[in-house]
Amino acid sequence: MPNTSLRGWGRTAPTRANVVPVRSAADVTAALAAAGPRGVIARGLGRSYGDPAQNAGGTVLDMTGLDRIHSVDADSGRVVVDAGVSLDALMRAALPFGLWLPVLPGTRQVTVGGAIGADIHGKAHHVVGSFGNHVESLDLVTADGRAHTLTPSDDLFWATVGGMGLTGVVVRAVLVLHHVETAYFKVDTEQIDNLDELMARQSVDDEKYAETVSWFDAVSTGAQFGRGLLMRANHATLDELPPKLRARPLRFDAPQLLTVPDVFPPGLLNRLTGKLFSEVWYRKSPTKLGAIQNITQFLHPLDIVGEWNRGYGPRGFLQYQFVVPLERGDVVRGVLDRMHAAGQVSALNVLKRFGEGNRAPLSFPRPGWTLCVDIPVNDGLGPLCDELDELVLDAGGRHYLAKESRTTPEAIRRGYPRLDEWRKVRDAADPTGVFTSDMSRRLELTS
Amino acid sequence: MIDAVGNPQSVLVMGGTSEIGLAVVEAFASDRPLRVVLAARKSDRLGAAQARLEKLGCAVETIEFDATAPETHSEVVRAAFAGGDIDVALVAFGLLGDNEVAWTDVDAAVELAQVNYTAAVSVGVALGKRMTEQGHGAIVAFSSVAGERARRSNFVYGSTKAGMDAFYSGLTEALRPAGVHVTVVRPGFVHTRMTEGLSPAPLSTTPEAVAAITVDAVRHRRELVWAPGPLRFVMSALRHVPRPLFRRLPV
Ligand SMILES: Cc1cc2nc3c(=O)[nH]c(=O)nc-3n(C[C@H](O)[C@H](O)[C@H](O)COP(=O)(O)OP(=O)(O)OC[C@H]3O[C@@H](n4cnc5c(N)ncnc54)[C@H](O)[C@@H]3O)c2cc1C
Repeated sequence: MPNTSLRGWGRTAPTRANVVPVRSAADVTAALAAAGPRGVIARGLGRSYGDPAQNAGGTVLDMTGLDRIHSVDADSGRVVVDAGVSLDALMRAALPFGLWLPVLPGTRQVTVGGAIGADIHGKAHHVVGSFGNHVESLDLVTADGRAHTLTPSDDLFWATVGGMGLTGVVVRAVLVLHHVETAYFKVDTEQIDNLDELMARQSVDDEKYAETVSWFDAVSTGAQFGRGLLMRANHATLDELPPKLRARPLRFDAPQLLTVPDVFPPGLLNRLTGKLFSEVWYRKSPTKLGAIQNITQFLHPLDIVGEWNRGYGPRGFLQYQFVVPLERGDVVRGVLDRMHAAGQVSALNVLKRFGEGNRAPLSFPRPGWTLCVDIPVNDGLGPLCDELDELVLDAGGRHYLAKESRTTPEAIRRGYPRLDEWRKVRDAADPTGVFTSDMSRRLELTS
Repeated sequence: MIDAVGNPQSVLVMGGTSEIGLAVVEAFASDRPLRVVLAARKSDRLGAAQARLEKLGCAVETIEFDATAPETHSEVVRAAFAGGDIDVALVAFGLLGDNEVAWTDVDAAVELAQVNYTAAVSVGVALGKRMTEQGHGAIVAFSSVAGERARRSNFVYGSTKAGMDAFYSGLTEALRPAGVHVTVVRPGFVHTRMTEGLSPAPLSTTPEAVAAITVDAVRHRRELVWAPGPLRFVMSALRHVPRPLFRRLPV
């Protein structure tokens, strides 16, 4: 009997699978040979919100044991890593060499394999693109049990980037990191009164910053609706650091700011706590230019949020993330208005402008506005999200598969017009459909 | 698959012409169209049920199912799963029968017992097996308040429901480790074809109301619900009423 219950970060829709730990490429080949009719999917640290790393009744490969960093080359920035290495571990290993991972998501607790599978993006997307842009080659074990070294000249490489584990299992990758002088950021924070102004401000000067994002409050109403913080930064150079940090400029300074479960009892995330949180968050960061901040302060305040998934109660929560073309910024407002009218609260709203996308047919980022909101699952949320889907899709937008947990196959077909192109490459690599997941069944990604 | 907000993609109705079963499908389909498998004996009513659901945008398949032939049930359930995973299976068939005939006529009594109890058991075993293999899913069994405490007026029916209720309550526990959720629904008097001509009991309800409670129970992964909800308190009181008194109650 499939013996382990799995769910995603949103803690919804659990299913059971046979979890097989993987320590080598040979383990993957063996697991593929032993797979039953319900197929196989790889799982990293399970930081996707929905069900892409679940496979009900089948086999799930736990990749976190395949975790060696093979080499770090300080000059070229090239690192050779196993797929189960976490971005946190990789950063800790690379920083002493003055190397910085150019694409970091809102949590470092994701694996290299998961980062490739979802083609993740960070706050630097408008400058550096997404994770796949920094992969020089990857080793993929396909359905026949054989390993292939793929480079960006291969179609299968780009089908694997953003391919949600459905082309095979990534066992190793060569990544190219950036050089930095310090592990700190020089941050400009601007406190802005409402959403329109925030979006207008965020639309200018973006190219001057390596990293930009804004957070806003969607709980407060009226003139204060969408008041928020625009946070933009560049890597601090050595001489920009205060003297006391200059002694160890590459120190990985990543303290935990606050552990949330002690503050919020289960299920208490409601309008009241949402309002309180929004107030505190907004007040704590008045406009301030040129502040030196460490990685947690600037890049990973969401690591606080990471702990929140337990605070959403037994039905879990979902993150609704979409992108719409830049000229359709009105959809951001439209989505928030609809949510507000339906009485759904999202305490944390993150808005970012994407730059150019890459060649991968299922890669999420494309030039546009991307918004993520966290919503606890409750009655009425399903129909509301279906309405939001229409707003997003009618504007030519799409949903992020790493965060997706409830939309329809049609919505994905509309949002990803290159789905059939991806399927062709995938089907050639996996003609009998060995790779499958709860998400691929739910969204009919594979046939 | 059942998604994060509790929407299933496919529903199987064992007893595909059951009014409550169809009302549950319609309630799920009001949010999103579904793939539906109706398992029932071929009849005009089955055709009408199919047409009704197709009008809501559902993709409907029908398969032949005879509750009195338990030796065929594994095969029927296999066929129901042949088109893909079943997210929610409703065990929604049953006979009310005429109590005065049933307790005096061997054939009538056995038929009630076979349909309401034996078939419910064989179907439950087969569903449990398939859902365990697929690693997810929900089974909903429609029991009855009549199974809670047998009354003189319909104790044969009540006894079969008591048996099926006990079986599915046990199945809830047995399948829990497999990640399969079993919900027992205990409706009171429901205005349906089955109860036509009978005088309604207090707290009587409709198939739509039972359906709303059922959908909610599946979404919240509840194991036992009453329809309407307050019956739970009424029945827990009635269960302990001494016999001489119970006999004289107008229930
Ligand atoms: C608090 C928080 C903040 C986040 N912020 C961001 C953000 O800013 N930007 C962003 O892009 N994402 C963000 N995410 C999402 C996260 O980056 C992605 O879901 C990522 O894929 C998770 O990696 P994982 O190792 O946990 O993979 P999992 O969730 O376990 O798997 C994700 C997918 O990758 C596949 N996969 C995993 N390993 C392999 C492998 N070795 N070979 C092939 N396929 C594999 C799986 O099959 C699955 O389809 C955030 C998540 C959280 C919890």
